[in-house]
Amino acid sequence: MAEVFGAGDRVRTARTDPPHHTRLPRYARGAVGTVVEPQGTHPLPDDRSRGLAAEPQLVYTVRFAARELFGTGDHDVTVDVWACHLEGIR
Amino acid sequence: MSEHHGGDAAVAARVRHVESLLEARGLVDAVELDRALEAFLSRSSPATGARVVARAWVDDGFRQRLLTDANAALPEAGASMGGGLQEQRLKVLENTSTAHNVVVCTLCSCYPIAVLGPSPTWYKSEAYRSRVVREPREVLREMGYELPPEVAVTVWDASAETRYLVLPQRPAGTEGLDEAALAALVTRNGMIGVAAV
Repeated sequence: MAEVFGAGDRVRTARTDPPHHTRLPRYARGAVGTVVEPQGTHPLPDDRSRGLAAEPQLVYTVRFAARELFGTGDHDVTVDVWACHLEGIR
Repeated sequence: MSEHHGGDAAVAARVRHVESLLEARGLVDAVELDRALEAFLSRSSPATGARVVARAWVDDGFRQRLLTDANAALPEAGASMGGGLQEQRLKVLENTSTAHNVVVCTLCSCYPIAVLGPSPTWYKSEAYRSRVVREPREVLREMGYELPPEVAVTVWDASAETRYLVLPQRPAGTEGLDEAALAALVTRNGMIGVAAV
């Protein structure tokens, strides 16, 4: 089951490269960021696009340092990530 | 998606085909569909977003409510994220003298149509979508907006169900203007975060 997070929690995105559609952008895979806020529950498009049953799950806005994503840059990027693509960092 | 206009034409042709199949089977009424789209788009233009921004500039209570729960606050300024279609969550991002926000959808072209109308062509371009997350200061500079190095930049990638609207900084020297005059100053690009107002 997907973990539940709160604002400020450190999380890592999945390091995945599925052969189908995914809403986890390539540039944000396997990256460490900080939860900004939960934004509600939505079915996972990765499953819906394949005609699979998709129970709504929490989606989180996650903030990343550009340096973490691209190795360069002084800005931040936020990405909206489904819970199943996140794991907590203790 | 590298050939943007070709992609648009192909998608438009598919949509027309699906629409004609739905009409032929009596599942949708063409007149009703046109009426719903017209009603939605007549309320959806950058003027709607501009009205929301101007209200936030003159009414601090509204500004706070807008930043906390935009969907609940929008009706106070005569706006909504519904408009006959499925209501989407809106998050409003406040620009300050030390923090700047820019909006993009790297996966497709998600955009707050209900408050800004249809998105500009450049917003859907491969170049903007792929570059602004990596080098926002350079992209904004090319668009004519030089951000001071001390201003922190956050790029918001609308990769899920939330739509984003930037609340630009109120321009200096506008203390004497009323809400309508202020709304006239607000630009679409300012509300995407690629220009100052």
